[in-house]
Amino acid sequence: MSDVQIMTGNQAAAHGVKLCKVQVISAYPITPSTPVTETISQWVERGELKAEYVRVESEHSVMTVCVAASTVGARTFTSTSSHGLLYMCEQLHWAAGSRLPIVLACVNRGVGAPWSIFNDQQDSISQRDTGWIQIYCRDNQEILDSLIQAYRIAEQVYCPVMVCYDGFVLSHTMMPVEIPDADRVGEFLPPYKPHTILSPEDPRNINPVIFPWQRRDAEGVLRDGYMDMRWKLQHALEGSRDVIVEVGREFAERFGRDHGGMLWNYKADDAEVLLVGMGSLATEATMAADLLRESGIRAGVVGIRVYRPFPRAEVREAFQKIPAIVVFEKDISYGYEGALCADIKAALYGTGIQTPLHNYIAGLGGRDVKANELAEAVRASLASIAGGNREQQTWLNCVTE
Amino acid sequence: MPEKLFKVHKEEYVMPGNRACSGCGLSLAYRYVLKALRENTILTIPASCLTVLHGLYPITSVGIPCLNCTFASTAASASGLVAGLAAMNRSDITVVAIAGDGGTFDIGIQALSGAAERGTDFIFVCYDNEGYMNTGTQRSSATPMGALTTTTPVLTKQQNKKDMMKIMEGHEIPYLATTSASFPIDLYDKFVKAKRIKGTRYIQIATPCPPGWVFPPKDTVKIGRLAVETGIVVLYEIENGKFRFTGRSKTLAEKGTRTPVIQFVERQGRFKKMSLEQLGQFQRSVDHKWNEYLRRAEA
Repeated sequence: MSDVQIMTGNQAAAHGVKLCKVQVISAYPITPSTPVTETISQWVERGELKAEYVRVESEHSVMTVCVAASTVGARTFTSTSSHGLLYMCEQLHWAAGSRLPIVLACVNRGVGAPWSIFNDQQDSISQRDTGWIQIYCRDNQEILDSLIQAYRIAEQVYCPVMVCYDGFVLSHTMMPVEIPDADRVGEFLPPYKPHTILSPEDPRNINPVIFPWQRRDAEGVLRDGYMDMRWKLQHALEGSRDVIVEVGREFAERFGRDHGGMLWNYKADDAEVLLVGMGSLATEATMAADLLRESGIRAGVVGIRVYRPFPRAEVREAFQKIPAIVVFEKDISYGYEGALCADIKAALYGTGIQTPLHNYIAGLGGRDVKANELAEAVRASLASIAGGNREQQTWLNCVTE
Repeated sequence: MPEKLFKVHKEEYVMPGNRACSGCGLSLAYRYVLKALRENTILTIPASCLTVLHGLYPITSVGIPCLNCTFASTAASASGLVAGLAAMNRSDITVVAIAGDGGTFDIGIQALSGAAERGTDFIFVCYDNEGYMNTGTQRSSATPMGALTTTTPVLTKQQNKKDMMKIMEGHEIPYLATTSASFPIDLYDKFVKAKRIKGTRYIQIATPCPPGWVFPPKDTVKIGRLAVETGIVVLYEIENGKFRFTGRSKTLAEKGTRTPVIQFVERQGRFKKMSLEQLGQFQRSVDHKWNEYLRRAEA
C-alpha cells in the first residue's frame, strides 16, 4: 500500500533509509542535515527499524564506521552537510577506494569561512573527485526514490553514492511525498551481497600498503598494483551510467515515477535556449522557462541529475541543435568558472557543437534566486549572445565591484 | 618463569619474513598479543609500523583478519566493525584496534575517546615506541623529555610524556593495563584476561625501537627490562577501578628497590643530548609517579 504524506526533504530521506532496511547508521549532527538522523534514531530506539545506530564524536568517525561496518557485510547510511562532508573527505576517498556501497545523503550547504548555514552546492561539488557517484534531487519525492535507487546502484557497481539535495530549500520544506510499500521496495532492492566479507573464517588483510606495480600473491597469481585498482574504480564509475539509467527505468516501471536517469529535460524539444542546472535550482529554471515562453522566448531546461559519473553522451545529445545554453549553478571552481559549466564545455569539446554558453554563479550561501531573476538573466544573455558575446561568467544578484 | 611459557598458545599468527625492523619490540609483543587473542578476532590498524609489519599487497605475514584504516580513525573503525558484526549476528568475534603512540596519544585520541565513552565492546591496544617511528622518528606526545627526534633534532624534546593511562582511566572503562614487549607472560596474561571482559579495554605496551631510540637491535629485550627495572615503565592493571601491580613491577614494589633511570638513559643514543637538569627532572617525575602507584596499590 502506498501512502502519501506531507513531509520535509529530510523526512523523505529518513523514510528512504527505513524502506531500504539499512543495518548500520552512523551520525554526527550538522545543520541542515540533522533531522534525517534524528528521525532515524527515533525509529531505531522504538524498534521500528532494526539497525545498529552509532552516535560518534565526529564526521570523520561517521564515515569510518560506515566503511568498517560495510566491510563486514552490513548495509550502511549516514547524512551530513557542508563542513561535515569536508571533515569526512579523507574517508570519502577511503570508502570509494575500498569499493564499498555506502550511501550518504548530502544536504547541500555553503562552506566557510565565514560561517553560513544556508544552501549552495560547494560542499558536494568540492568532493567531486573522491570516486563517489553523485545524484542531485529536485524535489522531496525524488530524494526518497533516489535513496532507494542509490542502494541498488551502489551494491551493483560497488561504488558509494551521494544523494544530494538543497539545504532548507528542500530539506526543511514540506511537500507531498508518496511512501512506497515496504514489501515492494524489498523486491526492488534485495539484501546486500558484499564482494568480500572480512571474517575469521577467511582471514584477509584489507587495504594494506600496495606497490605501484603488479605483484604475485602466494599462489603465484599476478595481482593489481595501485594504478590498476584506480583504473577499476574509474571503469566502475564510467560503467555505472548504464546501471543508473536501468535502475531508474525499472523503478519507473515498478513505482510509476521516472526522475530521469542521468539527466532530465523540460520543454527542450523546440527550445531556442536551454537553461541548465542541478537540484532545486534546475526546478526553479523550469518556472523561469515558463515565464520566458510567456514572453515569446522558447526556453527549455536540462536538469543534470547525476553529476558523477558525468552524463557526457546525454549532454552532447541534449545540446546538439540548440542555439544558446545558459548554465546556472550554486558553486564556483575558484580561479576558473562554475564546475558544471566547465564540465559541460568539456563534454562538448570535439563534437563540433559551437553553441554560445553563458555561466551564472547563483545562490551562494543561500542568496535567494527567483524564477523571474533567472528569466531576466536568460534575456540578458540572449541579447549579449546576439551581440557576439559567446562566453560569459556572471555572478547573479551579487555586488561585483 | 620458563614453565609458564608452556601455557602460551602454540599456534603462530605472525609469520617469519615479515617486514619489521630487526630487533623490533613491536614484533616481539605482537606475536604474543595474537597468541592470546587467537582466531576469533578481527583487527583494525591505522598507518603505522604495524602496517609495514603486515606486509605488502597481495601477501601478508599475519594470519588474523585485518582492516587497515586511516590514521585518525582506528577506534572509529573498531566501532564500525562492532556495529557491523552486531548487525550481521556475529557478536562472538572480538574486535581489536592496534595503533602506535602517534595513532593513540595524538591523532587517534578523539576517535578513541569517543569509542571509550560509548563503551564500545573492543580492545584498544597502543604499542608505545615513543615517537613517529614509521615515518622516521619524529616527536610525539609520548616521546620522553630529553629525547632527540628528527623534529627535536637540536634541543631535544622539552616536555614530559603525556599520561595516556590517566586519560583513558577518566573514561571509566572496565579494564586498563600496561605491559611490555620484554615481559611476554605479563603481556599474554593481560590479553587473555582482556579478551574475556566486555566493554572498552585499553592496553598500552612499551615496545623499544632500536633505530628510533638508537641502540643495537640485540638489546631490545634488555632495554625494555631496564625501563621496568627503573620504574619508567610500570606493569599494572586497573580492573573496575582497582589498581594492581603485576609481574616484575609487583616484585619491585614489594622489595622497594628500583634502578636509577640513568642506566636506561645511557644505553640509548636518543638521550645523548639530555642535560643533567633534564635527567634530574626525569628521575623526579618517575619517582613521583612510582609513589603515586604505591599509594594506589595500598589503597
